Amino acid sequence: MASPSDARSDSVGLQRFGLGFGVGQSPAIRVGARDRLLAEIDRRALPQPAGLPFSGTAEIGAALYAFEDRERSGREARRAAQASEAQVAAAQPALAQSVPAAPASSTPQSPMAQPKPAAEPALPYRTYRQEVLARVRLALDAETGFGERLVQFWSNHFCVGATKSNLTRIMAGAYEREAIRPHVFGRFEEMLVAAESHPAMLDFLDNRLSIGPSSPAGKRRGRGLNENLAREILELHTLGVSGGYAQVDVTNLARIITGWTVVGREAVLGFPGSFAFNAGLHEPGAPPLLGKPYGQPGKEKGLAALGDLARHPATADFIAIKLVRHFVADDPPPALVRALSAVFRRTEGDLAAVSRALLESDAAWRAEPTKIRSPQEFLIAAFRALGRKPDFGQIIGPLGVIGQPLWQPAGPNGYPDGNEAWASPEGIKTRIDVAAGWGRQAAGNVPDPRLLTEDILGPLLSPETRQAVARAESRPQALALMLMSPEFQRR
Amino acid sequence: MVDDDDDCERMTPSRRAMLGAAGALFAWSFVPKFAYAAAGSRDPRFLLVVLRGALDGLSAVPPIGDPDYAGLREDIALMRDGPDAALPLDGFFYLHPAMPNLARLYASGQASIVHAAATGYRERSHFDGQDVLESGQAGPGRTESGWLNRLIASLPPGEGVSRRGVLGVGVVPPLVVRGEAPILGWAPPRMARAGPDLIQRLGDLYGQRDPGLARALSQAGLTEGIAQRRGMGSEVRGGGGPDSADGMKRIAEGAAALVGADDGPRIAALAFEGWDTHANEGGAKGRLAQLLGGLDGALASFEAGLKPVWNDTVVMVVTEFGRTAKVNGTVGTDHGTGTVAFLVGGAVKGGRMIADWPGLKLEQLHEKRDLKPTTDIRAVAKGVVSELFGLSGPVLAEKVFPGTGGLAPLAGLVG
Repeated sequence: MASPSDARSDSVGLQRFGLGFGVGQSPAIRVGARDRLLAEIDRRALPQPAGLPFSGTAEIGAALYAFEDRERSGREARRAAQASEAQVAAAQPALAQSVPAAPASSTPQSPMAQPKPAAEPALPYRTYRQEVLARVRLALDAETGFGERLVQFWSNHFCVGATKSNLTRIMAGAYEREAIRPHVFGRFEEMLVAAESHPAMLDFLDNRLSIGPSSPAGKRRGRGLNENLAREILELHTLGVSGGYAQVDVTNLARIITGWTVVGREAVLGFPGSFAFNAGLHEPGAPPLLGKPYGQPGKEKGLAALGDLARHPATADFIAIKLVRHFVADDPPPALVRALSAVFRRTEGDLAAVSRALLESDAAWRAEPTKIRSPQEFLIAAFRALGRKPDFGQIIGPLGVIGQPLWQPAGPNGYPDGNEAWASPEGIKTRIDVAAGWGRQAAGNVPDPRLLTEDILGPLLSPETRQAVARAESRPQALALMLMSPEFQRR
Repeated sequence: MVDDDDDCERMTPSRRAMLGAAGALFAWSFVPKFAYAAAGSRDPRFLLVVLRGALDGLSAVPPIGDPDYAGLREDIALMRDGPDAALPLDGFFYLHPAMPNLARLYASGQASIVHAAATGYRERSHFDGQDVLESGQAGPGRTESGWLNRLIASLPPGEGVSRRGVLGVGVVPPLVVRGEAPILGWAPPRMARAGPDLIQRLGDLYGQRDPGLARALSQAGLTEGIAQRRGMGSEVRGGGGPDSADGMKRIAEGAAALVGADDGPRIAALAFEGWDTHANEGGAKGRLAQLLGGLDGALASFEAGLKPVWNDTVVMVVTEFGRTAKVNGTVGTDHGTGTVAFLVGGAVKGGRMIADWPGLKLEQLHEKRDLKPTTDIRAVAKGVVSELFGLSGPVLAEKVFPGTGGLAPLAGLVG
C-alpha cells in the first residue's frame, strides 16, 4: 500500500544507508526497503572478502619479514659488488683512464646500470591491491550494503594509514577484516580492543616502539614512552576531544598499554607480525586513568582501561554524534543523537542494537537527503549502477583523484565526513572529470542511458535530470549527467 | 628582469583575447576585469601555508645558543659546527640545514622568523589545534568559516582583493578559506578533465535543482579558466602527495601561478602534511629533515613563480602547535605547545628573529614539558594582514579574529 511519497522515501533510505542501486535491481529492492536493511542486522555476520593471498595477520607477518630479508640481502649484495668494482678501478688507475669515455649506460659490467625489469609491485603494494580489490568486490555484490557501509564507517573511525610503513600497507586490509568486520554487529568494547591490539594500529600509532621507563627494557636501554596511540584512543576512538580527560590521562594510558606490541622476525613471543604482550616493555605500577588506578597484571591492565573507556558516557555520546552525522546530516539532529546514545549506554555498546535504533528512527529515515556521497560511496554506487566490475587501477586511480583512496587518510582522525569537504568546488569539479571518464568507459555496454537513469533513480528522478539525460549530446555524456545529478550525488 | 618585462608585455593582449573566448564559452564562469594597482600603491599577495601535524619548532629553528637545548634534544640536537651544521641566523637561533633557501631569504632581508609562538589553544589535539588556527576563533568547536574567508568578506567589495575570492588549494579546501565569501579551488591535475559542454549542462541542471552544487561548480570554474590560460590545463601528472617534497613543490608552483596571474586571486591557503614526528624524527638528516627540505623547495617555488609580484608578497607558514621540548622514548617528540612561524616574501621586513625567548629550563617550560608560547600567532597574522590589506583594528578584532580586542596586531612586519 505504498503511497508515492513512501516510494520516494524508501529510495532515499536505501541510498542513505546502503551502497546504491544495481542495474536491474532497483524496482524489486525498493519494496520493503527498511525491512531489507534491518534483515542485515538480524543476520549478524558480514561476509569476508574472498580470493586473498593471505588469510590473516600471522601469515602476512611471516611473508613481510621474509620479503624484507630478501630485500636487505639484495641490497647488501649490490653494495658488495659496487665496492669490489671500486677496488678494481682504484688498483688499475692507468687502465681506467685509458678506456675511451663511453656513456655510463653502456657499461654492462655494473648490475646497477642495467635497466630494471618492469617489475611486479613489491609484496606490500601487491597485497594492498588485492585487499582493496576484494573489499570493493564485496561492496559491489552486496544486496543493500548497510553492513558494508558500517564497515566503512568503523574502519574510518578506527583508521590506520597504509602509507605509514610496509607493515601498515600490507596489513591494512587484514586489519579491517580482523578488527572491524567481525564486530560491526557485535560489542563496541570488542571492536575497540581488537583495533587497539592489532599490529597495524600498534605500528601506525607507534605503540610498538613505546617502552615503560621503569620496565626492564626501559632501565636497560634508557628509552621510554610514546604517547601517540594513547592520545588517539582518548581523543578519536572513545571519549572524544571534549570527553573530560587531561594530559596526565594521556601519559598514564600510554603507561598502561606499554608492552602491547608486534612480534618481531625472531618470533620469540608468537607468530612473526602478530600481536604480543611483551612484559619486558611494560611499565610496572598502577597509574590512574580518569582518577581510577589500574594495577592489573600485564595485558589485563590495558583491557580493563579500554573496557571502562568503552562504557564511558562520553564515548556513547561521541559515537552517537558520529553515526548520525555520517548517515543523516552534517548537523546531527540532537534528539536522534540522544536516542542513539541512550541505546548505546543501556546495552553497554551493543552495536547491533545501536544500528537498529538508527534504522528504526523515523527522523533518520525520512530526513531530506542533504549529504553528498563520499568518494568511496560515489565510486561504489557508480559501478553498481553501471554494472561494471572494476580492476584495481580503475578503483584506486579515481579514488586517489577525488581524495579518498582506501585506508590512506592524512591523519589518524580519518577522512572527513561532511559536505564542506566533499562538495567543495575542486571536489565537485574533479568528480565531474571522473564521471566523464566512467561515462566514456561504460557507454558501449548501456543500450539506453535514459532507461538506465529511470531504473537507477526511480522515484528520485526529477524532470530536470530526466530532460538533461535525454538531451545529452552523446551516450557517455548522458551517463556522466546521471552520475553527477543531484539525485545520485545526495543521500 | 628584462625577460620578465617582455613576457608581461607579450602575454597581456593574448590573455585578454583568451579571457573573452572563455567568457563566451563558459556562461557559468565569471570574467574578471583587469585591475592594475595604481602607481605607488601595492597590489598585495598573501599565501598561508598550514603545516599539518605540529611542526617541531625546536628542530626547525634550533636555539643552539640556549644552554639547555642540547641536553633536551639528546641524539637529535643540531650543532653549530661539523658536517651537517645548522645555518646561522642571529648567533642564538640557527636554521635547520635542510633549509638553505630560507637562510638565503633571511640573510637578504626577505624572511622573518617568529619563535615561541602559538595560537590561544593550549590542549594537544591536532584536529582541534588546526580548527583554532584556521577558524580564528578563541577555542575549538564546530566552525563553519575560516579567518581568511572572513578577512575577504571584510574588505570593500568590488574590483579589489575581495572580488577575486580566496583560493583553497587541494581537493578538500582548508578550513581557513571556507565561509560565505567566494572560494576558488585548485588541485594539481592528475587525470584528463571533463569537456566544457558537460560542465555547462551540469551547471544548468544544478542551477535548476541544487543551489549548493551550482555554487561549488561556478566557483571551480573561476580557477579553471585562469589555470588554462597559464598552461596548467589538462596535463596529466602523477607524483607524491602533500607530505612529499615533490608534492609540496607542485602544489606551490600551482598556487604561485594562480596567485601571480593578473586576474587571479590575491589570497590563498594550502596545506602540507606529515609533520607529526612521534618516532625517529631525525636530526640534521632523517624524516623531519626531508619534510623541511620539501618546505624549503616550496618556498623557492613561490619565489620563482611570483617573481614579478614578489615585492608585494607575504608567505606565512604556520602549524597548529609545537612538540615536547624533550625528546621522547622513541627518539621523536610528542605533542607540545610553542613552535615557530615563518614570514617569507619581498614584502616582509625581514632578516629578523621575532622572539621573546622563554628559556628551556624545566620550570620555564609550559607544564614543565613544552616550549612556552610568548607570542600569539594571531597577533602576527593580524599584523601582517592589517599592513598588507589596510584592515582596521576593530574589524580584525571583531570579525576576522573574534574576541581579540586585547591582542594588538604586531606592528612593522611588512616593509
